[in-house]
Amino acid sequence: MDLNTVVTITPARVRSDLSALGDTVAPLAGGSELFADPRAHLTGLVDLQAFGWPALTVTGAGLEIAATCTLAQLAALPAGPGWTAHPLLFECCTALYGSFKVWNVATVGGNLATALPAGPMTSLAAALDAEVLVWRRDGSDERLPAADFVTGDMTTVLGTGDVLRSIHIPEASLRARTAFRKIALSPIGRSGAVVIGRLDRDGRFTLTVTAATLRPVQLRYDAIPAAAELRADVAGIDAWFTDAHGAADWRAAVSAVLAEEIRHQLEAPESGTTPTESEARP
Amino acid sequence: MRFEINGQWVDAAAAPGQCLRTFLRELEHFEVKKGCDTGDCGACSVLVDGTPVHSCVYPAFRAEGTAITTAAGLGTPGSLAPVQQRFVDHAGFQCGFCTPGMVVTASTLTEHDLEDLPRLLKGNICRCTGYRAIDDAIHGRHTPADGSAPCALPADGLGPVVRTGTRATTQAGQTPTAPTPPARGYVGSSTHAPASERVVSGLEPYTLDVAVPGLLHVSVLQSPHAHARIRSIDTGRAAALPGVHAVLTHTDSPATLFSTARHEDRTDDPDDTLVFDRVLRFRGQRVAAVVADTVAIAEAACRLIEVEYDLLPAVFDPVLAAAPGAPLVHGEKDAAASRVADPSRNLVAELHGEYGDLEAGLGEATHLVTGTWQTQRVAHTHLETHGTIGWLEHAGTPEQRLVLRTSSQVPFLVQREICHIFDLDPAAVRVFTARVGGGFGGKQEILTEDLVSLAVLATGRPVQYEFSRSDEFRVAPTRHPMRVGVTLGATDDGRLTALALDVLSDTGAYGNHGPGVMYHGSSESVSLYSVPNKRVDARSVYTNNLPSGAFRGYGLGQVIFGVESALDDLARDLGVSPFDLRRLNSVRPGDPLVVTHVEGDDLIFGSYGLDQCLDLAEAALARGNGVPVPTGPEWRVGEGMATAMIATVPPRGHFAQASVTLCADGRYAVRVGTAEFGNGTTTVHTQLAATALGTSPDRIDILQSDTDTIGYDTGAFGSAGVVVAGKAVLGASTALAAVLRQAAADARPGTPADAWLLEPDGLRCGSTAVSLTELAARAAAAAPAGDASVSTTPVDPTDVGTTPVDPISIGSAPAPSAPAALTTPPTAAPEPAPSSTVLRGTSSEDGAVRSVAFNVQAFRVAVSTLTGEVRILQSIQAADAGVVMNPAQCRGQIEGGVAQAIGTALFEEVLLDGEGTVTTSVLRNYHVPLLADLPVTEVYFAETTDELGPYGAKSMSESPYNPVAPALANAVRDAIGIRPYELPMSRDRIWRLMHP
Repeated sequence: MDLNTVVTITPARVRSDLSALGDTVAPLAGGSELFADPRAHLTGLVDLQAFGWPALTVTGAGLEIAATCTLAQLAALPAGPGWTAHPLLFECCTALYGSFKVWNVATVGGNLATALPAGPMTSLAAALDAEVLVWRRDGSDERLPAADFVTGDMTTVLGTGDVLRSIHIPEASLRARTAFRKIALSPIGRSGAVVIGRLDRDGRFTLTVTAATLRPVQLRYDAIPAAAELRADVAGIDAWFTDAHGAADWRAAVSAVLAEEIRHQLEAPESGTTPTESEARP
Repeated sequence: MRFEINGQWVDAAAAPGQCLRTFLRELEHFEVKKGCDTGDCGACSVLVDGTPVHSCVYPAFRAEGTAITTAAGLGTPGSLAPVQQRFVDHAGFQCGFCTPGMVVTASTLTEHDLEDLPRLLKGNICRCTGYRAIDDAIHGRHTPADGSAPCALPADGLGPVVRTGTRATTQAGQTPTAPTPPARGYVGSSTHAPASERVVSGLEPYTLDVAVPGLLHVSVLQSPHAHARIRSIDTGRAAALPGVHAVLTHTDSPATLFSTARHEDRTDDPDDTLVFDRVLRFRGQRVAAVVADTVAIAEAACRLIEVEYDLLPAVFDPVLAAAPGAPLVHGEKDAAASRVADPSRNLVAELHGEYGDLEAGLGEATHLVTGTWQTQRVAHTHLETHGTIGWLEHAGTPEQRLVLRTSSQVPFLVQREICHIFDLDPAAVRVFTARVGGGFGGKQEILTEDLVSLAVLATGRPVQYEFSRSDEFRVAPTRHPMRVGVTLGATDDGRLTALALDVLSDTGAYGNHGPGVMYHGSSESVSLYSVPNKRVDARSVYTNNLPSGAFRGYGLGQVIFGVESALDDLARDLGVSPFDLRRLNSVRPGDPLVVTHVEGDDLIFGSYGLDQCLDLAEAALARGNGVPVPTGPEWRVGEGMATAMIATVPPRGHFAQASVTLCADGRYAVRVGTAEFGNGTTTVHTQLAATALGTSPDRIDILQSDTDTIGYDTGAFGSAGVVVAGKAVLGASTALAAVLRQAAADARPGTPADAWLLEPDGLRCGSTAVSLTELAARAAAAAPAGDASVSTTPVDPTDVGTTPVDPISIGSAPAPSAPAALTTPPTAAPEPAPSSTVLRGTSSEDGAVRSVAFNVQAFRVAVSTLTGEVRILQSIQAADAGVVMNPAQCRGQIEGGVAQAIGTALFEEVLLDGEGTVTTSVLRNYHVPLLADLPVTEVYFAETTDELGPYGAKSMSESPYNPVAPALANAVRDAIGIRPYELPMSRDRIWRLMHP
């Protein structure tokens, strides 16, 4: 929709251009979220696309995703050698409520910074223990775990004038085995729970619960836990919430169901043939 | 900035915060539609350098240097792209408002993508079709109506719709029978909608798809409180803002109370509403409006209006609202003057009545079932939001007229009420609609027309008011939520001895449709069953929630959910099949139709197909469809069914007039008042006229839904488009056929009129022929000079409102006949024109005698005990539509009705926070069914011939919706052993039933 109060678009080409940001001037990436809500307090936008950041950079240390990388670019990224977790990139994109046409503009950084509980890039980044790089307004850089970047329903660590610059997925996570489950109140509707399991090469197991909780919740184990232990730990999560996409009690219950499916899947020996170990849950 | 649109370079400047959608529409690319403005519905989809995007969330400035392709850039009428042609061939649209975006999206898909279509189409919402036809169009295949495996489509049209069962016995009527097999274009054939090629290319104009020079825009300041009185309002700063033309408040409002609901009889609804009221009764109600050069200025000015409110106590729960001591929503209203049953008890209407002796019936019963069911608020979610453009014609002269181009199902009723509110003569108001982008009852209201009228009269300028999608969710009336208590008694042999209903309906802050929905909800739901003892207690109460209104089924769906669920419990209790229970207790021809007393003789069994529907649905369910039950021990399987009956016409009069004129070029111009909003009546009217006149649909132009075009039409509601307006069209066509035969006989002396046969180009009598153009020319030559009573100028229906010219000529099709008196419904057919001057047939229809139609829905489902997921394995609907005028289209109405009802049954709920604020105010928080959510519904037609409807047809628009929710609930009950009492049966609710 039109943002009728916006009178300036400032292309950000160098970092100092971000000084235009303020209480009434917001950063613009793809725009699919920004333009989907009336924002009468805004007078200007700073266009981050003008930076021209490379969308995806593969290094020996892993994958660096620019905040302005679109979901379409991420979903189309070919697998690097040994990236067992590669299917998760596409799977998390499918958990976006928006269509593939939204993927063409929506950005990884924008999805994280919007910080909806159902934000699938939050799910992805948290599940793979990504680290995010924040450009603070004062010119400093800050790196922190993606799971800590989102602090609640539509809240993040970003202050006014801060910008999310990039997301770094460590190589070890890309080489892990993952299992992805999503459930909603309709077959492919807005997520009620997105639960992702990651089994590292050293045997450590991490379960990341998103969409069902106000912020990402991670359960970590040195090895795949027993069903009862995992069930008890999921039951111990205290951040379930209720909205139009599911009641808190249901979200807790189905997260436990999905967690057990994931545990069961990753407990089984690695299959050498299937490209993805995840199963679509219609 | 410079960019390309559909191959043409454009140089234009966008506002900094503008989205591409509005920018393209500013450049008169009206094929880019607004459905949501939040990137959810896909109606605005365009290609940017070949990449599909939702243009409503795409910053306009990013279009610089790009090449944009819209639906019109893919192909235009006469040279459609293959994907567009397939949407035409497969009837892949109904209202067509979503179609340009659908076509643009589909144009990017490859063969490889088709497997993934449910995901790829999740950003394209169609509210009308149920997607089967769209799925077929994209795949280029035809799925038979019995749901069997799709087959490649024959190149020339749709395949036959499956018909089974035996023809019901009906009385011999006067109605002519349809030719069999149907000729192409005649009734009984799957003729394409006349607007098809324009719809698929985005070139069919809808309400706001017109460029009006000097157009002003309205923005409304909405109440932040659920119940408050305006203490003071200061519009000074707003009015001073440059570009503001008027700021309107309660001080500018006419004092005439009215209802936003529109009916043939305006006293059906309480007069409880003002254009602007000083008292605000729900959050979102109009406080003030600004009329300004742009929407941006109007919005900015709204933010400058300073209002002080005195807060009033509010009530949100209908049970509490009906209790003594509750805050009163309309406590100051005069009960008689406003027609409110009891303002001191928040009671809009009530019905208490008994037939037979309920207590005795319950005493006689050996099996008793009782329960209380609750339905939710449902939003119509027609893709085209409400909107009106108004202007003055001949301003400042004695001929001054207010003209409204509006998204309405009821242009004539809008005209009447605007005249009433503003004290205008009917001759001083013209109301018309272009093609309407969906309605489902939501456009049987005045939501924008009154404010536009006030704004036009205040400024003298053309004014537009367009609802946002959030307005639709927060302000536009929803389906009435109802609490429905049902008690049934039966004897061991399965015969019902008692049926009692206790209904509480939340009509919200205003009583629009409150009484009607309550009465209608408690009517055919009850009269369907032959029970010697019945009692109905029903109340419709005010609350400070947003208003409820007319919704497909008009109350029946809510009450049927309770009644049909209770019957299912009774069948279980008795140990009989639910089909047999209906066979035993449903009314049959000859039985009285009883709610709390025997219905008047205006309601008859013009035909009866319930027996066939039950057989068809039962057989299909028994046959199965081969869809496997999901693997895993958590899945439970169940089957369920439900029945619905509906009167084919609303009670107490539904009027339609039609005329058919032979034009000078030998084409026929049909003038009829009813609106096309995806119901397909225009197609059927074309077929009716073609059949009666022995011609083909492409020689017929329909001019419709314009108070200037024809004398009167009550409107497109109550499923009246075929059985009332269509009957008038058939009558007019038949009359013209007689006129033409006589004219031919006059032209070729010595031939008897009844020996002439009508053919597409002319008439033939043995070896003698006369062309239609010759007859038209002879008639014109005989007409007295200057007789402009009826134009025979050839018409171009595509021209309606498309030419960006002086607004005075907007929408004017051919020179219209003088409007007839509009203050009273017509009581007789309009005077037929003398055949010597104008070759025209006219007819009118009063809908005074009504028939009944039936629908039976059945489901087989699997339910996950772990997650509450309800997976539909088989969906079946058998319908008694009389003689089916257009099988593909009627199938589409049924599929669409089932789809909308599955949305109601499983997903949709307008949520409020308990204090009157709607929390589901955007589409992404209100889940309407997507392609991925719906099964293919098997559709079967009973073979009946109605003695009332045109060529034996019956209505089939609302009724397919009604039996779906209880059928699904009964299947879920069968699967999990626990009865769902509440809609929607969302996964979390079903899960909680099993994990209390």
